[in-house]
Amino acid sequence: MPDKHFHTKKHDVWLPYRFSAGPVFERFFEGLKAGKILGNRCPRCERVLVPARTFCPRCYVDMGQWVEVSQEGRLVTWTMSTEPFFGMRTDLPYVAGLIHLDGTNCNFMHLLGGFETMDIEAVRERLKGSVRVRAVWREEREGDMLDIKYFEAAD
Amino acid sequence: MMRRVAIVEVALSPAGESADNYLDQVYRVCREVLDKAGITREDVGTVVSASSDVFHGGVSCANAYYWDSGAAFLKNGTRQDGESLLAFSYAVMRILTGHYDTALVLGLCKGSENPDNDMITHFFTDPFYQRPLGLNETVAAGLQMRAYLEHSGTTEEQCARVVVKNLGNALRNPNAHRKGRLDVDTVLRSPKVMDPLKELECAPKSEGFVALLLASEDKAKKLTKRPVWFRGFGSSMDFFYLGDRDMGSGVLAQAAKRAYDMAGIRDPVKEIHVAEVTEPYAFQELLWYEGLGFCGPGEGGKFLDTGATAPEGSLPVNPSGGVLAANPYVSRGLCRLAEVTLQIRGQAGERQVDREVETGLAHGTHGFAGQFHAVAVVGA
Repeated sequence: MPDKHFHTKKHDVWLPYRFSAGPVFERFFEGLKAGKILGNRCPRCERVLVPARTFCPRCYVDMGQWVEVSQEGRLVTWTMSTEPFFGMRTDLPYVAGLIHLDGTNCNFMHLLGGFETMDIEAVRERLKGSVRVRAVWREEREGDMLDIKYFEAAD
Repeated sequence: MMRRVAIVEVALSPAGESADNYLDQVYRVCREVLDKAGITREDVGTVVSASSDVFHGGVSCANAYYWDSGAAFLKNGTRQDGESLLAFSYAVMRILTGHYDTALVLGLCKGSENPDNDMITHFFTDPFYQRPLGLNETVAAGLQMRAYLEHSGTTEEQCARVVVKNLGNALRNPNAHRKGRLDVDTVLRSPKVMDPLKELECAPKSEGFVALLLASEDKAKKLTKRPVWFRGFGSSMDFFYLGDRDMGSGVLAQAAKRAYDMAGIRDPVKEIHVAEVTEPYAFQELLWYEGLGFCGPGEGGKFLDTGATAPEGSLPVNPSGGVLAANPYVSRGLCRLAEVTLQIRGQAGERQVDREVETGLAHGTHGFAGQFHAVAVVGA
């Protein structure tokens, strides 16, 4: 924060948290470690949601059967930044999208990469229209969303 | 017949950076509203405040910190975090119980002294599925804007025109934080933030201390000649995960319908005479026109192009400049309501709209890409 022309008191906060993942999220992350994207199916509306949930947010019942979902799908929308921002754990530029993975009934948020991403006009051209994407994995995986490096264009 | 509740006075701080401390600013708006109504602190029945703790304030249990500044010492009161318009609905309900004749509603935010909004909104994410991906409110808005443009055929130029309108309106608002006579090209050429969003299409980070004094019908008639009556309120919350939602429409229509049903409004475009909406990203104002039923789905850009929402139009939207001109993150919904109240009372100064105003609408939104919406309808 810039200096101000009036008297201020500076204070920085550092607060550590450790969040319990719970059995459902844990199983999803174990799936990522094994190179699989796991969703589960709602027994009532029969939608497959991914990442996996404990309950269907629409029907409000326990989710049922686990499903290993496709690692390919259609890009629904995306955004891009060439400037770093707080919370960004990857290299610039940052391209993120919502992806409709084949056979699922919601969109999956993740990063996009593997193509020329330095020039925004080139990215707009590359991602114009209906674009299919597929997951690219990291070799070292630890059970984290970023075990998938990004989704690259599949066509 | 339900008891009636009115807004009898309002006070609003300027939105630019102030050298005053938070507690003094809380005190100033409360003092102003009590003085305008000609009542003392002891006359206040209950207090409902809207504020945010650590992230937007840097103090935990923030209400304990500012309670005495907020005229609330020894009062039976409460505090709302999240969308500030909810504090208004809670205060209305407290008066409707019959236990209180007056309620002080406060919205408190000193945006100039805490971190960038998106440093804070990053923590709206869940720590498992979203946070590792760097999601924050502007990333979500970028995703939503592209989905909206593609699905509705709205153009980037139409979105930029919202900025031209609102920052132009703000020239007549002495409280505004950002204002200017811009053209569409200047907006489109401003730096890309989260493509397709441009810098000038994103709201700043502002201060906003707002106080509204509410009263029961009998009390209101004693306190003011120009009461602004509560007519309806509705809210709705969408699914948490962006991937579960329909980004191009959302849940504003449900919130609006609840408020319109309560207020007995059948044709909002004719029966609402002024609206102040929360548009932290320019395109959202167009999307909110649709959700509020001011035009059909996908027609927000066209509705703007008709000029209806200009200050001289048939349904002025954001004559104050809206959130693009002043964005006190925590209190912005209540600031909208205070602006609508001033319009109905004919006290909006240079920003008073041309048309007669009997009924007005205030809208607030919270969470990513309009996850939560609140709509309040008030009238003369």
